[in-house]
Amino acid sequence: MSLIYSLYVINKSGGLIYSRDFEPSAKLDLNDTLRLASIWHSLHAIASQLSPAPGCGGIELLQAESFDLHCLQAPTGTKFLLMVEPQCPQVTALLGRIYELYSDFVMKNPFYEVEQVIKCELFDEAVDLAVKRYPLMLLAAPQQALVLGPLGA
Amino acid sequence: MSRAVPSKHALNIIDRPIARNKLDIPTVSLSAFAYLFSELISYAMDRAASITELEDRLDRVGYDVGCRMLELLSYREKATRRKPEILDMLKHIHSAAWPYMFGKTADDLQQANAADDEYMISDNDLLLGRFISIPKSYSSFVPGSLVAGIVRGMLDSAGFPARVSAHFVEQPSSSKPTTTILIKFDASVMQRQAALDAAKRG
Repeated sequence: MSLIYSLYVINKSGGLIYSRDFEPSAKLDLNDTLRLASIWHSLHAIASQLSPAPGCGGIELLQAESFDLHCLQAPTGTKFLLMVEPQCPQVTALLGRIYELYSDFVMKNPFYEVEQVIKCELFDEAVDLAVKRYPLMLLAAPQQALVLGPLGA
Repeated sequence: MSRAVPSKHALNIIDRPIARNKLDIPTVSLSAFAYLFSELISYAMDRAASITELEDRLDRVGYDVGCRMLELLSYREKATRRKPEILDMLKHIHSAAWPYMFGKTADDLQQANAADDEYMISDNDLLLGRFISIPKSYSSFVPGSLVAGIVRGMLDSAGFPARVSAHFVEQPSSSKPTTTILIKFDASVMQRQAALDAAKRG
């Protein structure tokens, strides 16, 4: 069983703008979440500068004993973090799907102010649905990278 | 040497027939439209003091669209005479204008129970509001006001002056509210309709 614990979105200046927990047992305290967001933001920036590899885009995956932390950075600097059970497959595809949902339900919402905290009901619903469908995603594409379907698919 | 096939763009925009086949209907990118619509609302929001004024502004934008759209669709249909019946006009909006705008017909067209001069066009998942989460402070705002304006524009330029408003109606069967466009015709339209009905009966 592959479990998705939590989703965080960090804006380009390192502030936490969205957090959602999918497993009640893996819930972090709000202060810890904010701290995690800003520390991750700095580490990500330092890593991309220190890395000997040319064109390094920062940390993409942090593996710990009890969780994996996957990170997707959008070209705008917004970062999407997913805390998952160790060794979960296909998390990059799920992150891509969440980025797609973000650009649909957050960026196209006239009531959302850019870089501010995300309060969009439709985004919450869509993210919940995407996480619920994650096991199906694994069945549909066991090994290869998942091709993102068109909007609303 | 093969002769070049005339592209469909060789035809003037008003001479192009209305596409019957779904695949032939030219479409614009939904994302591009959603961004434009979102900016339109932000623009109106900056300039409006209240939610009613915000809806008014959207309605006025829609009105101009509606006037032009009736013109364009009638030219393309080669409709040579005007339909004076209320129902014909409403059906035209429901099953010709709606597919042209949203790629499907509206979900429902009905007459209000309470009043003869009120009609309702409903859409369960209006394309305009698909990406918009309305915050509590704007809870009475309906993005469908733009469509209400379009409908008002079409009716007005066809000679059916009416008051048109958009509302959300909660559905017990689904989590999404239905957008209902409520149309209340002017007394003059109802008088004309009564005269037409009387003439039909002889």
